[in-house]
Amino acid sequence: MEVKDLDIKSKRTEFFSGARDTLPLVIGAIPFGIIFGTLSGSAGLSAAGTMGMSLFVFAGSAQFIAMGLVGAGTAWPLIVLATCVVNFRHLLYTAALLPYLKHLPQRWQTVLAFGLTDETFAVAIGRYARTDDGPHKHWYQLGSMVFMYTNWNLCTFAGLAAGRILADIGHWGLDFAMVAAFIGMIIPYVKNRPTCFAVVVAGATAVLFNGLPHKLGLILATAAGITAGVTADALLTRKRDAGQARGL
Amino acid sequence: MDTFFLIAGMALVTFLIRYGLLPLSGRITFSKGVTRALGYVPPTVLTAIIVPAALLPDGHTLQFSFSNPYLVGAVLTAVIGRLSNNLLVTIVGGMTVFVLWQWVLQAVWI
Repeated sequence: MEVKDLDIKSKRTEFFSGARDTLPLVIGAIPFGIIFGTLSGSAGLSAAGTMGMSLFVFAGSAQFIAMGLVGAGTAWPLIVLATCVVNFRHLLYTAALLPYLKHLPQRWQTVLAFGLTDETFAVAIGRYARTDDGPHKHWYQLGSMVFMYTNWNLCTFAGLAAGRILADIGHWGLDFAMVAAFIGMIIPYVKNRPTCFAVVVAGATAVLFNGLPHKLGLILATAAGITAGVTADALLTRKRDAGQARGL
Repeated sequence: MDTFFLIAGMALVTFLIRYGLLPLSGRITFSKGVTRALGYVPPTVLTAIIVPAALLPDGHTLQFSFSNPYLVGAVLTAVIGRLSNNLLVTIVGGMTVFVLWQWVLQAVWI
């Protein structure tokens, strides 16, 4: 009996420390959630569609990109394809967590996989990697994901309400807000020359192929941008290596 | 109806990507090259969405001039973003310069 009590306590402790350690990232997600809710209306997503996305998809950057694509009039299969590409990195997360999750029952795996955002991965992998052999580390991940999920949906809802009120007040530059939001999200990435190059190539290609049907230009532009970035990175690395070799 | 398919499709692919590897307890690791290439996805997709929105606001004619508030707004927003390094400041500042520039244009044309 005593042992069981201790067991429940440690599950609860894991759950709440997972939530607590995710707090800074939850705070960081607040503006994104509110902005997503606010802007979705002007992009042409219904209120149900906006909430549905946060409730069932639960993937911040993919939701923003989907919203942008909806606003640009993209067909839904292409948006689903874009979601695949954007979320592909999550495959890496699952791969990294695999050794810690594979012994869990399937319902646990299903729930934890659904909530495997960038934030929860970042926090949970740190807990799994700690060498103590706590048997309830997955409760820590659950605490992190429940906190992120609740916050994301509350913020989406708050933004949705704010967006409808603002839209009634009149024209506040809301049609530009998405452009501004995306610029703000791109800037932290543009810290080195390959990324700079990738972004410039993607932008130029997008303008060049803007006339293609079903927004295919977007896919082309992204592919061109990634290729440009990878190529520039490889060339710079080779140049640096060559320089180092000469220096030696 | 399209919204339903959109959300169902997005939810399905997102879940499958996050869940996908769990049944295979194999040792799948991504090469450094793939990981690095994936890192370019978010900035390039976002750029591919906004650059045409700023340069071709009506959808087909290139408007490379000061009378295009989307272009002027985008350039000034990038400057604000670089200086502030804060998402909320960038969005609010960007919307403000966009609205102000529209007023300036209207005043000049009257």
